[in-house]
Parts: sequence; structure tokens; C-alpha cells
Amino acid sequence: MNFDKELDARGLNCPLPILRAKKSLGEMTSGQVLRILATDPGSVKDFVAFSKQTGNELLSSAENNKEFEFYIKRK
Amino acid sequence: MANTPEIEELINKRLDELLPQKLDALLQERAESKTPSMAIIATKGTLDWGYPPFILASTAAALGWDVTVFFTFYGLQLVKKDISDLKISPLGNPGMPMKMPFGPDWFRSINWNIPNIVQANIPGFESLATSLMEQTIKNNGVAPLAELRELSQEAGVKFVVCQMTVELFGFDHNDFVDGMDYVGAASFLPVAQEADVTLFI
Repeated sequence: MNFDKELDARGLNCPLPILRAKKSLGEMTSGQVLRILATDPGSVKDFVAFSKQTGNELLSSAENNKEFEFYIKRK
Repeated sequence: MANTPEIEELINKRLDELLPQKLDALLQERAESKTPSMAIIATKGTLDWGYPPFILASTAAALGWDVTVFFTFYGLQLVKKDISDLKISPLGNPGMPMKMPFGPDWFRSINWNIPNIVQANIPGFESLATSLMEQTIKNNGVAPLAELRELSQEAGVKFVVCQMTVELFGFDHNDFVDGMDYVGAASFLPVAQEADVTLFI
């Protein structure tokens, strides 16, 4: 999947992946896609909730060898 | 021209059918347009108890909520300029596991069951426990408390401080970070009244 910006949140724990994602999205323009890498297992559900609350669409969420990858489209 | 009783009845019946639908739609529209808000009372001044208010405040702000945190009593410790000296106390806290943040896995998994009477009699036990906890925080990729506080303030979380306890504990406004309001209970309660989420920590 194409993306415009990448956030490496690996090794960070709650709530840092969400806070960093929010900050990154704030630096992007509407329609751009942010790719996030994380290792916090709680982030899987947290990004679903974050997306629902903020209106930034969660395009995909995947797990690969204990690493999580999310694509979020800026509202 | 006056309505006949039949027409009146028809109008009333129609209104009864339509009003609830209309009201529901209006209420839903209002709920969706309202920015969610949270009011937290932070009353604890230890390293461990400093986390919940700042984690929740910064996360709520990231979700786009309006957040106010009211610091009172020991919670004042959380808004002092320098919070690097906050401590954690395992004494009298049976819920806190005592595990070592270094060494091989089998060593790390041991829960050191140290009796209160021993903890209370070893000088510097609290400092030792605090530095072990700080290492554990670092090992787990948990943000330092000062960073979460900074992120909260950056994200527009409003900090308000209980003026009465500032005086009670002999603090000065210069002891605290900038950008805070010093208020009383009467200022906080209306904020809490309007908030969707109110927490006492």
C-alpha cells in the first residue's frame, strides 16, 4: 500500500503510539496516508478506537511476527 | 375557523407519532456535534499514581476531547517544575510486584516478597524501589512521566490547581509549571458538571 509518511512506534508503549500518530497526522494534509509500525499489542484495538473517534480512516491493520502495521488516512 | 374535535384528535395523534422521531434525530445530531470532554481530579503524588491522569489526559486530547485536570493535595507534586524526584513506595502496598529489571529471565521473573517490617527498616529502600521502577519503565518503552505531562500540555489539556492546598502545604506558584490557573472547588465543579467523563484519581 502507498503511504505518504511513516511512523516507527516499535518499542513504545501505551499511550505513546497513539500520541505520536496523532502528532504525525497533524503534520499531514487531508487524504494522505500514514503507515505506523508498532509492537504494543494493545495498539491493535486502540487504533480502531482512535480512528472511530477522530474520523481518520483506518485503512488496514495487520500483524507480522509480533509487529503490527497500520495504515491510517488523514481526515 | 375553529378546529372540530375530530381534527384536533387527528393533529394530536400525528404529533405523538412524529415528535419522538424528530426529537431523537435532534438529540443525536447534537450529541454528534458536541466535543467530548473530561474532567480529572488528580490527588496522588507518587511516581506510579502520576501516570493515570497524564496517560488519560494526553490520550483524550489526542482523540480530540477537551480535557481539564484539577490538581489537589498530593497531586500538586505532579505539577512541580521538576518531577524527577517523584518516588514510589512498595511499603504497605501488597499489590506491587517487586521484580528486578535486569539479569536473565529466570531472575527477572522472581517476585521478591519483602516483609513491610524489613522495607521500613532498610534506609533508602524507597529510593532503591524507585530506581528499579524507573528502569522497568524504561525497559518497557513507557514514557517518562515528565514527557507525558509535556505532551498533555502541548495537546491543550488545561491544568488547574487547588489554591487552598498550595497554601496548606506551603508551596509557591513559582514551584509549579507555567500555564496553570489557581482556583477553588467552585471553579472546578461547573467544569465537571459539563464534562462527559469525570474521574477522581
